[in-house]
Amino acid sequence: MKMFNPKLLTLAALGLSAFVVGCEAPPPEVVQNGYRGLGMQQNYDPDRLQASLDANVPPDPIPAAQAGGPLAKDAYKNVQVLGDLTVNEFNRTMAAITSWVGGEKGCFYCHNSAEWELDDNYAKIAARSMLQMTRDANSNWTDHVADTGVTCYTCHRGNPVPKKVWVTDPGPKRASQLAPTGQNIASSVVAYMSLPYDPFTPFLLGDNEIRIIGDTALPTGNRKSIKQAEWTYGLMVHISDSLGVNCTYCHNSRSFFAWDQSTPQRVTAWYAIRHVRSINTDYVQPLGEVLPDTRKGPLGDPYKVSCKTCHQGAYKPLYGAKMAKDYPALYEDNTPPVVEEAAAEAAPAEESVAVVEEVVVEEAPAVEAEPAAEAELQPVPVRMAPQPAQYPPSMYQRPMYQYPPAPAGR
Amino acid sequence: MAEYQNIFTRVQVREPGYPGVELPDGSLPRLGRPIFSYWIGKLGDAQIGPIYLGAYGIFAIIFGFIAIEIIGFQMAASVSWSPIEFVKNFFWLALEPPPPSYGLSIPPWNDGGAWLAAGFFLTTAIILWWFRTYKRAVDLGMSTHLAWAFAAAIFFYLSLGFIRPILMGSWGEAVPFGIFPHLDWTAAISIRYGNFYYNPFHALSIAFLYGSAVLFAMHGGTILATSRYGADREIDQITDRGTAAERAALLWRWTMGFNATMESIHRWAWWFAVLTVITAGLGILLTGTVVENWYLWAVKHSFAPSYPSELTIQNPYAVTGGAQ
Repeated sequence: MKMFNPKLLTLAALGLSAFVVGCEAPPPEVVQNGYRGLGMQQNYDPDRLQASLDANVPPDPIPAAQAGGPLAKDAYKNVQVLGDLTVNEFNRTMAAITSWVGGEKGCFYCHNSAEWELDDNYAKIAARSMLQMTRDANSNWTDHVADTGVTCYTCHRGNPVPKKVWVTDPGPKRASQLAPTGQNIASSVVAYMSLPYDPFTPFLLGDNEIRIIGDTALPTGNRKSIKQAEWTYGLMVHISDSLGVNCTYCHNSRSFFAWDQSTPQRVTAWYAIRHVRSINTDYVQPLGEVLPDTRKGPLGDPYKVSCKTCHQGAYKPLYGAKMAKDYPALYEDNTPPVVEEAAAEAAPAEESVAVVEEVVVEEAPAVEAEPAAEAELQPVPVRMAPQPAQYPPSMYQRPMYQYPPAPAGR
Repeated sequence: MAEYQNIFTRVQVREPGYPGVELPDGSLPRLGRPIFSYWIGKLGDAQIGPIYLGAYGIFAIIFGFIAIEIIGFQMAASVSWSPIEFVKNFFWLALEPPPPSYGLSIPPWNDGGAWLAAGFFLTTAIILWWFRTYKRAVDLGMSTHLAWAFAAAIFFYLSLGFIRPILMGSWGEAVPFGIFPHLDWTAAISIRYGNFYYNPFHALSIAFLYGSAVLFAMHGGTILATSRYGADREIDQITDRGTAAERAALLWRWTMGFNATMESIHRWAWWFAVLTVITAGLGILLTGTVVENWYLWAVKHSFAPSYPSELTIQNPYAVTGGAQ
């Protein structure tokens, strides 16, 4: 007396397993970014990637201003930062800022409609500080923003206050006697792990030590605790989430601490952490004096900047679209760098070939290093240097770093 | 004849409820009258109860209950006693060990003291339960293999939460109580100490753990497959080999040239299980005390392969002068 056919059950189980395991639709796109067999790769869901590409499109540049004419400092009163621009360029910049930062009131979100030069609105004071911050970023932090630079739009995306900001998080309501642990609550900041939910205050405002891993095989006095490791882990999860990348975008996960196994992106991230710290301490935190409570968190600190504020899920904000070059006002000397689009696209492939050549001949060939960033990546002898003869150079000649390209027409 | 060619239990032996052998003098009574369940009979013996708790069992349950209460109330306090938040965040909530700044001192109740107390009560409960497994075996006239296997697991538990924190001089090194928090702790200790992948005892433990699963499947499959020849009397056949033992041996000898015996397969399984937790405990006890960075330790001892770095980069600390 059989109630059901066991073979049928087996087949159904197999079919279900195959469906669950083998049929991720659409298939993920995998981009290798390191030596084979190490899991050095980024995985993309094509649908989500397309959605992200569509959501990260910069606005068209405003037509260039006519050259010449009087300077802004001579024509207007109280021009503290952009005085050396021509009046035409100054007004063009103001129009651009208005469209980037939005606000229903247009110019009068910041300006007094009767007397434009007055500093009677906190928004105008904040805007001036943010302009200085942007000029500082584009001129002095090229280790982070390269020649791409940032504009107001990079973070604001048409909103008077950027959407992805943070404030010091006092955490969920706890019984009053309980000492805070700063972790163990469902939080999107750390991608719903139980890690500390505010890794920003210690690391992106304060300059607490991020490194926790000892750099010797045997103990030599590194007393960093496992709890500290969880804070660092929380920050790293935030970076990964903000950039839409895996750990292996920067690290070879076999050894998170080892620089000689990391990718060049880790150097950029290292400068980025210090850049964001500088933004928060030098530009945002001082604005706490003028900002109203609606621009502050529960502990009274102003909305601040994290990786997500600009990156918003893209490994480069706006997928690397070069917006800033069209606006001289965003550079401290009012001169954008000369950006060579084609060179930047082709560089990575040329470079990886160049690396191999150099390892073989042990002498730096004259690489045509056009982008400034490439100079950073000139090979240097390292402790873990490979035996070049074992590895045919051909394996390096596949194009590396084929991350999603900037959408066409940038 | 009973049919074993099935993935579910087909045989349910039903007889009048059996209370068990006579208890030694001085024992507490068994609790409950036996009942029978058809569905439980699908998984094991259809008879439920009676149960023997005894002094060890009763105190183990009391201590365990206190530990669970401390953990649960501390978790509830961390969401301000809100039942909704407690349920929503249940998998995230934790009772954390004290901050490392307290070292091995006894911290205030609400700053890790509760963790220490919960650990004490839980450990006491587990050890009482160990005595129970030992005493039950002796009272039934059995050997104590199970108690010693359990002791190996307790060694691993104590390594994580007691011995290693003492060796490191800080309760803060120990594992939090909580579902996700203890998993994140597991990832964090590996990151902090330079990747457990290169910890040989971690590797051994995984080999024994996965090996246990393989042995379990091999043994279960072999016995079921030879039941029709009498493998259900597998212990008889240790010394009195019958067709079942011969066929089972022949299958494995033909398959891989070597076969266990009806006795040795059980020793294989016992040792694999026990060595899983013993090697795991050793790996934990060496971490941070003897070895700081398992990856560099592997490099030092030449078993971490090196790979070509496609783009070489410079440590920015070296470029900018070290200090952050």
